[in-house]
Formats: sequence, structure tokens, C-alpha cells
Amino acid sequence: MDMTAHDRIRAFIIENFLFGDADSMVENSASLIDNEIIDSTAVLELVAFIEESLAVPVADSDIVPANLDSVDAIARFVAERGAGPATRGNPECVSRAF
Amino acid sequence: MCGIAGYRDDALGAPEGLALLVAMTRAIAHRGPDAAGHWAEAGIGLGHRRLSIVGLADGQQPMADPEAGLMLSYNGEVFNFPELRAELEQRGHRFRTHSDTEVILKLYREYGADCVSHINGDFAFALWDRPNRRLLLARDRMGVRPLYWARTGTGIVFASEAKALFCHPQLSAELDPPALDQIFTLWSPLAPRTIFKGIFELPPAHLMLFQGGKPQIRPYWQLDYPDEADASQTGSAQSVAEEVLDLLTDATRIRLRADVPVGSYLSGGLDSAIVAALAAREKPDGLSTFSVAFESAEYDESAYQHEMVSALGTEHAQVLCRNADIADVFPDVVRMVERPVLRTAPAPLHLLSALVRAKGYKVVLTGEGADEVFAGYDIFKEAKVRRFCARDPKSQGRALLFKRLYPYLPEFQKQNASYLAAYFGVEAARLDDPLFSHRPRFRSTSAAKLFFSADLKATLAGYDAAEELAAQLPARFGHWHPLHQAQFLETRYLLPGYILSAQGDRMAMAHGVEGRFPFLDHRLVELAAGISPALKLRGLEEKHILRRATAHLMPKTIGRRTKQPYRAPDSAAFAASDAPYDAAALSRRAVAQAGMFNPDAVQKLQAKLAAGKLSGFRDNAGFVGVLSGQLWHGQFSVTNTLDQSQPTYGRELT
Repeated sequence: MDMTAHDRIRAFIIENFLFGDADSMVENSASLIDNEIIDSTAVLELVAFIEESLAVPVADSDIVPANLDSVDAIARFVAERGAGPATRGNPECVSRAF
Repeated sequence: MCGIAGYRDDALGAPEGLALLVAMTRAIAHRGPDAAGHWAEAGIGLGHRRLSIVGLADGQQPMADPEAGLMLSYNGEVFNFPELRAELEQRGHRFRTHSDTEVILKLYREYGADCVSHINGDFAFALWDRPNRRLLLARDRMGVRPLYWARTGTGIVFASEAKALFCHPQLSAELDPPALDQIFTLWSPLAPRTIFKGIFELPPAHLMLFQGGKPQIRPYWQLDYPDEADASQTGSAQSVAEEVLDLLTDATRIRLRADVPVGSYLSGGLDSAIVAALAAREKPDGLSTFSVAFESAEYDESAYQHEMVSALGTEHAQVLCRNADIADVFPDVVRMVERPVLRTAPAPLHLLSALVRAKGYKVVLTGEGADEVFAGYDIFKEAKVRRFCARDPKSQGRALLFKRLYPYLPEFQKQNASYLAAYFGVEAARLDDPLFSHRPRFRSTSAAKLFFSADLKATLAGYDAAEELAAQLPARFGHWHPLHQAQFLETRYLLPGYILSAQGDRMAMAHGVEGRFPFLDHRLVELAAGISPALKLRGLEEKHILRRATAHLMPKTIGRRTKQPYRAPDSAAFAASDAPYDAAALSRRAVAQAGMFNPDAVQKLQAKLAAGKLSGFRDNAGFVGVLSGQLWHGQFSVTNTLDQSQPTYGRELT
């Protein structure tokens, strides 16, 4: 359990949106939309990941770029809304996702 | 409709030339199951596969005009041939046959290469002028009929489909990397480029003169729009609507000319309903209509089809397209379209043309072209909303308009408006960008280049397909209204490059069926180009003037329907498929051998599909693009030259 939230989010994005192509991954502060990593439908996969693997509920009104458009933003959102994946995470989902 | 093939090569004598022609026409036999014809003499040969539609008994090709020393191999229809024939007879020409083919020979005698300007029709032909030792290749204005050519060491070869060219011993299939990049950005290569290195497409509305060993290619018609300042100055809506209806009626009427029965496609949407309604009026003895129904409710429009069938009283036949059917026909779809595609949408049309043929028909009218000509596509509305939002990027109220777009995409509708505004790049948008309307599409399509192999990425380093497109736009482009700029991009590029080719000619001709397109009559295209943007896209109501002109032809439920674009299940069609090619074409070994895609990423893509988690534009375009690319690579025995090839950008044609 040494992975930080940032690491988990990066790992999910690389695996799920970049199909393992870590070279195409951007910095934590960079926009996922502007860098063509997430499109308008793929963001729903990201929401599912946050809810299932990081165990943080996401309301419709939370699905805004300010919360989700960079690794930093997602990590900040998760930290603010949840107690954090280490204590609230569902182990089954986590192991399946990674 | 037919297939043509030929060569001009002084190194080829008649005997070996005939053998080449036989092989070439055999490769495109599906285009013309009714007859084959070949003609050769020293240095020149023409071949033909015939689908006989006009002049059944005496329209064999290649057709000669012995007096003038002309020989013609022609694929297509001259819809105004009775009028042209009467004119030519007045000028003293005598006709031996009842076919429209002979009209082209006489037109050439009268006008030379400018003969094409007199033709209202869909055509690709090769005409040998023996006295002048000159070969003329020509293609219709909108790009309905295909024509490909290539240089050999000592001459050129040409044919309706690229596969025939590979019968020439000096030609083999090689990938053109920038063309693949173009497909994965613009959906199709930019003519004259094709996915095959060294194989060129004669662009729509162009002719080629080959004389003395050098090809000269030039356009004979260009799509143009009024200056933006003048664009809104058209007549009253009522008079414009009447003009549209008159011309559309005539465009449909002359497209019913044939010596065999003509049917009509019926999608359930507005455009094919208009065409079928006008055709039914011209055919009081009854019209046959054909449609596709989908197993998946998300794509199915059967209810609207049945409503239109009842309203018109047509004899209707329908084919059900199940997901498994798409997977089953997909290899043949790729063989016919001869390149990777990012959508499965051609596949159901492959099933539909098979149905038409099975019912004894070989000519159908379709509604294709209305969305380009009268501004029906969502991309036009999307661009209008983006432009509106970009003027005040911080406005929350304006961003809500994005929710008005794509009502048929549930995943899209779940999005928050501010997310959509970000996705559509409202803040960073440059309003003076000539590709403004198409940037989101190009960007979301380009995302699938993620699956390109490292070698391919290295070969393409620094290449930008969208910039190549921007660089070749006509000088007048910047003077047009933004809607007309967007319409031009759709009409000049996507329509011939993908819609009329991958979904049109190739899918119909796979079963020897000819499509005819009343909305693409060049008179109507020219009329519509001059109509005010406000009458075409009124607020966010697409095709306003067309709806107004044709409302009386159909039930209100069809006439007032919001555009639902024709779509088909993409990766989902393969999720449940056990087709053996699927696994073989996408195996790590096959992907590595072809060299185009990244084997590790493709493995993960398949795993995601198997887990039922493939979603979004990029994943779907990626899966269909990779699968079709792999099938294409295998079917055309493409040589993997990526690791040694040099970037070949720019235009080889000078």
C-alpha cells in the first residue's frame, strides 16, 4: 500500500486510457482533455474508477473539469471528498483494477 | 454501373496487354457481373466489366467510334443523355446504339476534353484518342465513381479499384504512412493520396490527360460559395423552397432513367424519405424500397421506415442487421473499401446491397448528400454552438447549449455542460482557424493514433494531417461564411473520401448494385451553395429550407424529425463474435509482423473489449481501425517497409 493517490490515478489512466503506453502520459498538473487522454465519453470511466476503486462517490454536479481534468485535480477531489483510498477503498475493486 | 481498367504503356504489346486486362477486370468482376470486354493494341489497352442498365442489347464496352478513332471504357451514368443526344443529333452526329456510352464518344468529338462539363452524371471513364495518341481519364464532380492510377516503369495503369492495379507485375501493395495518419485524423486519405504508396486517386471533378509520357491533371469544376458579406442575400424563403423542390424533383426524375427497374433506399430519416416520395410520384406503377433494421434499439429506425412505407404504399423489403452479421461481413467490407476504416458503418450497407440484388434490383436511389448540401450534420450545429460560446467562454448559460447537441448519444447527454465546453475547447478556440468546425472531430479521431507502433510514430514524427488539409484549401475559402467553410470541408473531403466511397460505391458494388444520388446533382449543389446560411441552419434546426420545401411529401413525424445520423454498433459487434479472423488478425504476432500498431496496446484493447469495458470514441475508433488495418494488411499482402522507409510528405504529384 505504498502507492499514493497520485500513483494510483496515474496507473489507472495509463492502463485504461493509454493502453499501457506510459510514454504518452502527461505530468500531474497537465489537462487530460487538452492532451487527448480523455474524451467526453471516457470521463465516465474515470468517474466509475473513482467511485469503485477509490470509493469516493461522485455526484453529477462534481463532474466538472475543475475536479477531474488532471491527476492533481482528481487527487485533490478525492482527498477532499473521501477519507482516502487507503481506509475507504474496496480491496476487491482495487486488486481488480490494478 | 461497371468497372473499368486499362493501361497506356509503349512497352506493352497487344498479347501481353490483353492478358493483363483480363486479370485486372477479373479482380473487379463484382462491379460488373453481366459482361466483360477487352481491347488492346500496341501501347494501349482498355478493359471493362459491365453491369447493364441502359442500352441492354447494344451497350457493350469498350466502345469504339471508328470514324474518329476513339475507344471508351466507362463506368457510370449520364443522366441527361437523352437531351445531350438530341443536341448532338442536331449537330449532325449519328448514333448506332441506345446507350449513354456513345453519347460520351460524340461529346468528345464535339468538345474534346471539355466534354465532361456537359455531363450531368456520375462517371469515371478512360477514352483513347488514337489520332492524337492521347488518353483522357475523367471523374464526376462529386466523386461518386472511383478511379485509381499508378505509374509503372514505362507508362501508367488505371482501374476502378486499386486491387486491379496490383495485377501489374511491377506494382505491389505498400503502406503510405501519411495516408494512414490522414485516416486516423480526417477519416480518409486526402486525394490524390491513397493508403497504398504510389497508387493515386484521380480527385473528384478532375480530368487527366496523358500524352507524350506525362500526365497533366486539372480540375474542370469547383465547389464555390458566395462571399460572407453577400451570403444572406437570397430570395424569400418561399421562393427559395420552390426552387429547391423543382430542381430536386428534376434531379430525381432523371435518375429514374434506366432500362431496368430502379428502387430506393429508405433509412427512416428525412433525406431518403424525400427521395422515395419524389420517386414514387414518378412511378405510379409502384416503387420498391429497401432498408436495414438493427438488432440493437439504439441504432434501429424501423418504426420510421414502416411509417414512410405506409405513407407511400411501396413494396418494401428489409434486412435485419445483427451484431454478429457485422463481424461476419467485416473482412469482405475491408476487401472492398481497400483501406482501414474507423467505423463499422459500411457493413450494414453491404448487407443491404445484397438484399437489393437478391430482390432482382441493380439500381437504387439514396438520400446521400442532403446533409452536406443542405447543412444537416451535427458538426454544423456543434460548430455554431462552439463559435457562440467562444465569444464569451466564461458564460455558464451559453455552455448549456452543448446539451442540445447529440440527443441520441446517452453517454454524451450524461455530461455536465462545463465538461462539454472544456471538451469542445471553447476557451482555446481560435475563431479564425480555417478548420474551426472540424477541430473536435479531428482531435478525438487522432486520439486513436495511440495504437500506432513505435516505428510508425517515428516515421510520422512531425507530420500533421490537419495542417496538410488546411494548406490545400482554396484561396476563396477565407471569404466564405463559417457554415459554408464547414460544408465545404464535408462536401469536398469526407463525402467523396469516405461517405460515397466506403459507405457508397464500394458497399453497393460489392453486389453489383448502382447507387444514385439526387441530392448530388451538381445543379442542386450549386443552387444550395448560394442559399443563405440562415435558411439552411436556422437557429439549431438543420436543413430548414429543405424541410420547408418537402414537408408536404411525408408524415409530420418524419418531416420534423431531428437528424439522427446513420450509425452502426462498432466494437460491440465484435465483442460477442467468435469469428476466427478476429483473433488471428489481432494476435501479437500478426500485429508485430504488420508493423503498423503497437502489439502490447492492441492486447490491452482486446482485453478491455472482452471485459465489456470498451467505450468512448477513441476506444471504438481504435478497435475498428486496428482490426480493419490488420485485415487490410493481410488481404493485400502489404509489405512491411516501415523500419526502412523515409518520410514521404508533401505531394509527389507535380
